[in-house]
Amino acid sequence: MKSKASPASSSASPDFGGDPLDRRAFLKAAALPCLAACAGGMLAPGLALAGSPAESDAPFTVEASYYEKLPYKKIKCKLCPRECVIDDRERGYCGVRENRGGTYYTLVHSRVVAAHVDPVEKKPLFHFLPGTLAFSIATAGCNVNCKMCQNWDISQVRPEQVRSTYAPPQKVAAQAKQYQCASIAYTYSEPVIFYEYMMDTAPAGHEQGVKSVVITGGYIKQEPLKKLCAAVDAVKVDLKAFSQKFYEEVVNANLKPVLDTLVTLRQQGMWTEIVYLVVPTLNDSDAEFKALARWVRSDLGLDVPLHFSRFHPEYLLKNLPPTPLETLERAKAIADAEGLHYVYLGNVPGHPAESTYCPKCRRAVVERVGYTVSSVRIRKGKCQYCQQPIAGVWGS
Amino acid sequence: MNQKLRPSRRDVLRLAGTLLVGGAGAGKSLCRDTLAGSSALGGKSRLVISRDGKLRPSKASVDSTRLLNVLDRAMQALCDCDSPLEAWRKVVRPGETVGLKVNCLAGKGNATRAELVDAICERLQQAGIKDIIIWDRLNADLESARFRVVERGSGIRCFGNDALGYESELATFGSVGSLMSRTLTQACDAVINLPVLKDHGIAGVTIALKSMFGAIHNPNKYHLNVGDPYVADVFMLPPIRQKVRLHLCDATTAQYEGGPSYMPQWTWPYNGLLVSRDPVALDYLGWRIIEKKRAEMGMKSLEDLKREPTYIATAADSKHRLGTNDPNRIEVVEV
Repeated sequence: MKSKASPASSSASPDFGGDPLDRRAFLKAAALPCLAACAGGMLAPGLALAGSPAESDAPFTVEASYYEKLPYKKIKCKLCPRECVIDDRERGYCGVRENRGGTYYTLVHSRVVAAHVDPVEKKPLFHFLPGTLAFSIATAGCNVNCKMCQNWDISQVRPEQVRSTYAPPQKVAAQAKQYQCASIAYTYSEPVIFYEYMMDTAPAGHEQGVKSVVITGGYIKQEPLKKLCAAVDAVKVDLKAFSQKFYEEVVNANLKPVLDTLVTLRQQGMWTEIVYLVVPTLNDSDAEFKALARWVRSDLGLDVPLHFSRFHPEYLLKNLPPTPLETLERAKAIADAEGLHYVYLGNVPGHPAESTYCPKCRRAVVERVGYTVSSVRIRKGKCQYCQQPIAGVWGS
Repeated sequence: MNQKLRPSRRDVLRLAGTLLVGGAGAGKSLCRDTLAGSSALGGKSRLVISRDGKLRPSKASVDSTRLLNVLDRAMQALCDCDSPLEAWRKVVRPGETVGLKVNCLAGKGNATRAELVDAICERLQQAGIKDIIIWDRLNADLESARFRVVERGSGIRCFGNDALGYESELATFGSVGSLMSRTLTQACDAVINLPVLKDHGIAGVTIALKSMFGAIHNPNKYHLNVGDPYVADVFMLPPIRQKVRLHLCDATTAQYEGGPSYMPQWTWPYNGLLVSRDPVALDYLGWRIIEKKRAEMGMKSLEDLKREPTYIATAADSKHRLGTNDPNRIEVVEV
């Protein structure tokens, strides 16, 4: 489950105002009235108008990396498995890519709608530099439409319908470093749809010694995915369910491309974690948990962390209750029984299953309460107690 | 108004003659006091096709006077009235702010004609309407279709959803959840839907029902599965269902392939208007007109191309009841 975009007690909000010259230059160029409102630093999402699109789009409009030109000024998007065929002046399903005269553009390059400094545990990434901060950014838009989305007010809107600010890659990298963040997280909405921005920001971060992590639904075609793997350092995939029915009815997408993404991530050597949001009555059967765990074991490996996360009623699924704790614990028990090494429970602050246990000696090697890491007992990637290797990216 | 071109009710009835589909004659109380969305009458929905073969002095332009006459004939036949103003007064009431929802996505090539909008504004003002808002998704779309954006003042205004933005609370029905245009929810008391008659590369056709995608913030989410059931579900959202009173389709130029973009090679001069209170009946007949033209031009049917607009039938089903797609329940009046 993606961390909520709104500020939390554990989050801080950066100020992209930064260098006044840059900001002034941008204001002059873009005449974006909302920026003034955002300049105080808080980039809280909320619907507002951002001037006329013709004026405000220019700084954010970059030709898309993956598409095919078709006759009569149509295009076919090749970024995600939808492969939207889009007429002139129309947009794809994501709402942030537009065909203009037969050329396809992303409208969200450097167009940030949410930016916060979060613990990396909030993503959640539990085996990636625990206890560090992630400079977390998002643009508007998403290439799926999950009925339980908790950030729908930025993911399910068009970029001109939400307040945004101009945050070019170098500025993001500089801010991440300034806030002592170990990583930049592309998160909250769906980074696949701001692919070009992410691909430009990741190397800018690396130049500053800041890594990049991607928090995604994994709905992306193989070619851009493989290129992404060469640019970033970790990926957390929200696997929404382990059934095509759920993907069709609740996500408006297909399951198989997401599974393909997970397999490719592992093949590419990418550090990968999975979150499975357990939605009462829709994806919470024992059979589904078992099938999921078996597939992770056989196709991804025992060391891939699997987080079962608690659902809260949001967006179009307000009629369902929060996930009972017993259901989450049952899911964990099933996955544990299949032999997975790292099975966690999420959105259950204080639960023992927030911590990491050595798969050999069973002692806690990373203790967590909520998003806070209280102890790390891993040395050089191994359990401090029994020297068992603990999979992950642990730093020096 | 050119009095010579203004038909009497007798002229209208004489011209009407043929009932293309169905057989029963029209009752007299079609528009009577109801301002509900559809025009069911004795179990039938009336759809008026008003055409003029001499509408165009040239390929690109239409004769405004003749267009006004086409409009008047349509309204009189629809509402069974002797004068166009009487007809309009059965649709809107003095004191109301009336929205004219145009469709400008295709730009000036095949958007709702400004001349038609001018004609409607003229009649609405004569019928006692002071405040009119011409609107669509974006100011830029309106300008591309030769409308002049006027966001402030009284009288006739013209602006996109970007002027007032969207509501902050979701409106939901069935498979959809959307933020509604504040132009629709807050600025307009009544809406007249002014779509164009054209093909749609994903949804089959885009006429009355689909044109209301312009009233929501996230239309890009609702083109899956040929727009079914999304198009019908969006139309069920309360502000649309409650405020849209009339569908007046600009078919002066129609497009049978390549839509929604303007593709001049696939347009033809239909030289008419399709008018109904029933968006389902209008879409059904509009779809048949497009299919007929496709067949004439030797093209495959939309069904063969797997883009049959099944959302039209969905809009008529028991869950939606937005109108009828049953030919036996559609009374077609040609004038």
